[in-house]
Amino acid sequence: MTDLAYPSAKKSDAFGKIVLRWLLYFLLGIFALYYLMPLFVMVTTSLKSLEEIRTGSLVALPREVTFDAWRTAWSGACTGIQCEGLRPYFWNSVMLAVPAVMISTFIGALNGYVVAQWRFPGANIIFSLMLFGCFIPFQVVLLPMARLLGMMGIAGTIPGLIFVHVIYGIGFTTLFFRNYYVSIPSELTKAAKVDGAGFFRIFWSIFLPLSLPIIVVTVIWQFTQIWNDFLFGVSFSQAGTQPVTVALNNIVNSTTGVKEYNVDMAAAIIAAAPTLLVYIVAGKYFIRGLTAGSVKG
Amino acid sequence: MTKWLETHLPKMVLAPSFIAVLVFVYGFIAWTAWVSLTRSRLLPKYEIEGFIQYERLFASPRWDTAINNLFIFGALFIIIAMVLGLLLAILLDQKIRTEGMIRTIYLYPMALSMIVTGTAWKWILNPGLGIQATVRSWGFENFSFDWLVNPDFAIYTIVLAAVWQSSGFVMALFLAGLRSVDEEIIKAAQVDGIPTWRIYSAIIIPSMGPIFMSAFIVLAHLAIKSFDLVIALTGGGPGYATDLPATYMYAMAFSRGDIGQAASSAMIMMLVVFTIVVPYLYSELRAKND
Repeated sequence: MTDLAYPSAKKSDAFGKIVLRWLLYFLLGIFALYYLMPLFVMVTTSLKSLEEIRTGSLVALPREVTFDAWRTAWSGACTGIQCEGLRPYFWNSVMLAVPAVMISTFIGALNGYVVAQWRFPGANIIFSLMLFGCFIPFQVVLLPMARLLGMMGIAGTIPGLIFVHVIYGIGFTTLFFRNYYVSIPSELTKAAKVDGAGFFRIFWSIFLPLSLPIIVVTVIWQFTQIWNDFLFGVSFSQAGTQPVTVALNNIVNSTTGVKEYNVDMAAAIIAAAPTLLVYIVAGKYFIRGLTAGSVKG
Repeated sequence: MTKWLETHLPKMVLAPSFIAVLVFVYGFIAWTAWVSLTRSRLLPKYEIEGFIQYERLFASPRWDTAINNLFIFGALFIIIAMVLGLLLAILLDQKIRTEGMIRTIYLYPMALSMIVTGTAWKWILNPGLGIQATVRSWGFENFSFDWLVNPDFAIYTIVLAAVWQSSGFVMALFLAGLRSVDEEIIKAAQVDGIPTWRIYSAIIIPSMGPIFMSAFIVLAHLAIKSFDLVIALTGGGPGYATDLPATYMYAMAFSRGDIGQAASSAMIMMLVVFTIVVPYLYSELRAKND
């Protein structure tokens, strides 16, 4: 394991270096297979018929490609007593995630702007308190939230879920925008104030135009969190308003009779598609959000 | 009037969020703490009775299993994900031409819902048609891999799936850390003829303390909150062999109708997170303010 990356002047071990290089790529390839294998198995299984799944091998390519399982998963699979497939729940998730992401991002932007640029006594304490809210295990708020949603009359509804996601999302969105706006020199705000621009004017015409990268990071982060959420979804929804993750779990775990593995896999891919797509299209921003959410306090 | 408004506007903008956090985070924690000290069952009661719920909790064999599982799962998950993440980061740090693509492959599970991950691994690990059946069909008739349905081993399938999901992320953290080490020091060490593995073990890795710390915090946090993965992969079973505190809490709150147990188990989870996260957040914020 010597001199992998930084070749020294010695020429005698040039051969050894080539061997090591090959070994390195071989190892990286093995790990790539490890990460890709489940996705590969999901896709191939979803394209097989049940008959072929029973007789064939897990890792074999489908002998005969069929999209029946996809059709069933989308519009026919049973989630308990209902047999409408994932479609209605997929749209539930869309109708839930879009407003929740927009509202929490907007609030986070304003909060971050205040905390970073309009410091007042106590602002840091408020920020720390909000930040800590990001780290609580949500189990600790499930019971009172269930009661509150009931009292507000939005228990088991999509607006109720939007409300929950916004409330517990603003800690992170504020953190993202605060860390971004802190790096913008406060002289900018001061100069604009001297010129007579007010709080919202400065936000609107100076900060927002600079914010595109952090808006993208925040939107992607929030969308991934909310789309993939299961705990809030399963706790605060009822038949008909469940998000796609809950419906997927119901399809997989409550089918009676014949277990349709191909339908399970197709449903899993459908549920994963939006966030996977976001990752493929905007992976850079996705990773930036992940690391910002974990490294920066 | 407008002057007053201008000076107080920032506070007024922040106020709704602040109030929301006070009520929905701290107020709700207080409510849960309060109820955990009562005899609440199906409905919350508000007369404080002391620590009976906690006594019931720690006398419960199911909670005992959940806590043991959290230790097994947490320790293995954190250690394996960190070791694997570090190894992958070092391998990828060797001026690999296809680095971008490989990184994308290693990290994509992080974009998936735990329910999707659980569903996929449940299929792969099911003994009847999954890996076990496949290896047997290759001629190894005695090959056995039935962890998913074996009460003594099912918890390790959770570790397996969780590591698959999160190790790429740890790799990304470590890779950023490796890259942030001062190039000059590394070059100087190379000029001195120090072998690469020594450069890593004696110079680069020791300087990455903070990255290890944040990776640990993130992973510990994920481990304590693990809920969806268990639900999708094993449903807490066989029996309740793979229960974790989060699934215990959920079962008590929404299927057993035992609010007192749900509240006290949630408070224990909170306490565990608290002891891990607070010192970290405190040091981070202090370092920032200095």
